[in-house]
Amino acid sequence: MDNTMFNEETGISSKIREVVFQVKSLTKVYTMGEVKVHALRGVDLELYQGELVVMLGPSGSGKSTLLNIMGGLDTATDGHVTYFGKDLTRAAEKELTEYRRYHVGFVFQFYNLIPSLTALENVTAVTEIADKPMRPEDALSIVGLAERLNHFPSQLSGGEQQRVAIARGISKNPSVLLCDEPTGALDSATGMADRVVHLSNGHISEIIKNAVKKSPREIHW
Amino acid sequence: MKGQAFAIVLVIISGVATFVMFLSTMNSLNLTRTRFYQDYRFADVFASLKRAPEGLKYRISEIPGVDKVETRVVADVKLDIKGFHEPVTAKLISLPDDGRPLLNMLYLRKGRMVETGKDNEVIISEAFAEAHGFSPHDTFGAVINGRWKTLVIAGIALSPEHVLQVRPGAISPDYKRYGILWMNRSALEAAYNMKGAFNDLALTLSADAKIGDVLVHMDNLLERYGGLGAYGRKDQMSHRYLTEEFRQLQRMAEMFPAIFISVAAFLLNVVINRIVSTQRDQIAILKAFGYSNLNVGLHYVKLVILIVLLGVGGGLVVGAWLGNGLGNIYMEFYRFPFLMYELRPSVAAAAAFISIGAALAGTVYAVWKAAVFPPAEAMRPEPPAQYRATIIERMGLQRFFSQPSRMIIRNIERRPIKSLLSIIGIALACAIMMAGRFSKDAIDFMVDVQFGLSHKEDMAVTFVEPASMKAVHEMKDLKGVQYAEIFRTVPVRFKFQHRSYRTTIQGIEPDSRLHFLLDTHLKPIHIPSSGIVLTDYLGNILGIKPGDMLTVEVMEGSRPVRQVPVVALVKEYIGLSGYMNLTALNRLLREGDAVSGAYLTVDALFLPEIYRTLIELPRVAGTVVIKDEVKNFYDTHAEAFLFFVFVATLLAGSIAFGVVYNSARIALSERSRELASLRVLGYTRAEISYILLGELALLSLAAIPVGFLIGRGLCAYMSKALESDLYRVPLILESATYSLSATVVLASAFVSGVIISYRLYHLDLVAVLKTKE
Repeated sequence: MDNTMFNEETGISSKIREVVFQVKSLTKVYTMGEVKVHALRGVDLELYQGELVVMLGPSGSGKSTLLNIMGGLDTATDGHVTYFGKDLTRAAEKELTEYRRYHVGFVFQFYNLIPSLTALENVTAVTEIADKPMRPEDALSIVGLAERLNHFPSQLSGGEQQRVAIARGISKNPSVLLCDEPTGALDSATGMADRVVHLSNGHISEIIKNAVKKSPREIHW
Repeated sequence: MKGQAFAIVLVIISGVATFVMFLSTMNSLNLTRTRFYQDYRFADVFASLKRAPEGLKYRISEIPGVDKVETRVVADVKLDIKGFHEPVTAKLISLPDDGRPLLNMLYLRKGRMVETGKDNEVIISEAFAEAHGFSPHDTFGAVINGRWKTLVIAGIALSPEHVLQVRPGAISPDYKRYGILWMNRSALEAAYNMKGAFNDLALTLSADAKIGDVLVHMDNLLERYGGLGAYGRKDQMSHRYLTEEFRQLQRMAEMFPAIFISVAAFLLNVVINRIVSTQRDQIAILKAFGYSNLNVGLHYVKLVILIVLLGVGGGLVVGAWLGNGLGNIYMEFYRFPFLMYELRPSVAAAAAFISIGAALAGTVYAVWKAAVFPPAEAMRPEPPAQYRATIIERMGLQRFFSQPSRMIIRNIERRPIKSLLSIIGIALACAIMMAGRFSKDAIDFMVDVQFGLSHKEDMAVTFVEPASMKAVHEMKDLKGVQYAEIFRTVPVRFKFQHRSYRTTIQGIEPDSRLHFLLDTHLKPIHIPSSGIVLTDYLGNILGIKPGDMLTVEVMEGSRPVRQVPVVALVKEYIGLSGYMNLTALNRLLREGDAVSGAYLTVDALFLPEIYRTLIELPRVAGTVVIKDEVKNFYDTHAEAFLFFVFVATLLAGSIAFGVVYNSARIALSERSRELASLRVLGYTRAEISYILLGELALLSLAAIPVGFLIGRGLCAYMSKALESDLYRVPLILESATYSLSATVVLASAFVSGVIISYRLYHLDLVAVLKTKE
């Protein structure tokens, strides 16, 4: 089963919850040959500062599409997505690149590491172009790879490659961290979330708020 | 794949086109020449002499091996053409009075043959007629044996003897200032007191004749009549130049296509390798379904053959087109009645055979690898590429490189052979461009040396007969002549050990201010007071070096044979000669102070008067104005130069484009995933373009110096391969050629870069996140 999470790093304990993403009647239709695929059918959603959101839903429910549009990777057919008031669905290509470059951290399902760069360099490739990044060594140290800095992806195990991808995602101190299937332990991970959004057939079918959030230590990985 | 196939097809087209262009032009010219020679009975042996009675003809025809003999009267004349003030000379050749020469027949293009009994009618050569816009019935003046005469043009014709119509000693044809005229024998006999005599003859040989023996016989017979030595076709000027040209074409046909075909083979190898690696899973499925290795292999072989056949087809068309163009350029120089353009099936078949052979040789390994892959292995994705820090980085320079720059150099170093071959491929494009411009650079240089450093006179005046110093004073007194210097030309045969060579000795004034000999570093040297100086290439032919004794057989007058020491070898690019101090030469000949002509410098203001006087002076046989000669040379060659540069640019461009585009395209397909990932991570389009195109830019830039080296080598080979006693092409490449070659290569690389970056701009960012590598 697919799973997607949203997290906003700063202002975790702030009282006034600022809206980060506002999604309004978002529609996405893919035309594949003569068939039209409705990936999103008018989704409305607000995501707040400091929130950890998990998105759940079967394959084809629209999670990735929603994530991609919020990440500035895809365009909408109709509706809006705003990021701190800025309309991403109306943004030009150049603005989207800047948005990704300075605001968003990504962790990809298939890691997408650059094979010709070492673990350290893969992270540096991102910090090099960011505004106020952390030291790449520190990012790798957080994920426990301080000893494997100079290894190339082909020399790392799958788990290690995944941790490099996570280090790369957090290294620029992004405003939002978007992760596509970052872990296999999905069911437990939903316990950490503030909210769990269930998607089905392009609609939001249910939003569950966790009254009590588990801390990572309480979760059985 | 479409674009890549197109790029490869382009390279094959270039290769096949050059092959076809050179070979078909050579074959066509050869065929045309053979046909013209046959139909118009081009003679096998030629000889000039002072004067012999007509009766000698019968003794010559009795020489074993001689078939038909024709005697002639030939004279050099000055022409006076209305509206053209510069000196014009012509060779006047007799025609039998019935207008039907036995040998060297004329192809009449316009008008008619000379009427019997008419002593003022001439046939003129076509090139000369075109240069002056002459038609039948037009007239011009001629000084024939000192007497001024108006000649009427009866017809315009071509002769197998003068396919290339070049004044002896000139550097190139000059149709404005040198022509061939034909006139009735009786008229010429009367003008030159040659009644019942001849001074020139041509003959054909029977099939079993031994030409060497015939020549010896003839020389013996003609010696007492002032024979200048009989010679065969191979030493006949027009034939000689044509043969040289064929030799050049043959060399080009071997060299250039080889370059293209190997580049095409390399590109096919790269592309097939890539296709095989992207189609691993499909190959596996086919094999799992029971297709044999042979089936799978043949699939790719068919693909290769299809690409090659497209290239060969296109190459044949382009080659025939270029061949026709080249043939027509040759027709400007070589005057045939018609060009029988022919693209032999064997040439087309050879082009196809060579291309397919090379392409398969280049791809056989990739195809074989594809065919023998075990299906289970083929279904698994390719193992991840292994990288490591490059040598440069390990040398401690790592900190100077950004991450994208590191990606570039690691990619290059990961596949050193492929990178190297790409560099060589691009370098070859640069080299071809240089080769295309080489002839122009070399000829510029030859002209500079010949006319800027060596021959500084404004004009050279030749006398009808060797004259005394008095004739020179006459020259000096002409209004407008600033300075005059005498020279002596003596026809000779040089002999050293078993080798011999026919040429002339030039006698130069001891302190010549106009004529300089140059050493191998092109520094002027003084002509020594005794002994002889030879052109270095002539020294090689004779196997003689300074200090050796040279035997000189003089071919005029009392025909003495003398020994003279060689004192130096000098650099000369055009022709072969011996040079002596004029006094020493006259001492050697024991003939006092005889002179053959004078070198003059003149005040340009008085040129028209000087030209007029020179036409009128009976003693003057002809005048060559150096400036006109050089200008004419460039005029006649400009089109050919342009054609070669045009072809070279097309070819170099297609190679550079083919190599760069293919490398770029493959790099893009191999790396679109990581580039798209970087885009998602916030890299701009410009930044990822840098990673992909930076690699190609680096390879292209690295290829330039390599290309310069290969190009220089190629030109050195050409200059060596083309050298002959007619001319030696020096290895000279102007800096403009280097920069033009680099520019063409970089521009082609840039164009492929632009095409690729268009694709980079449309990378699907979402797709790469959905798939595992």
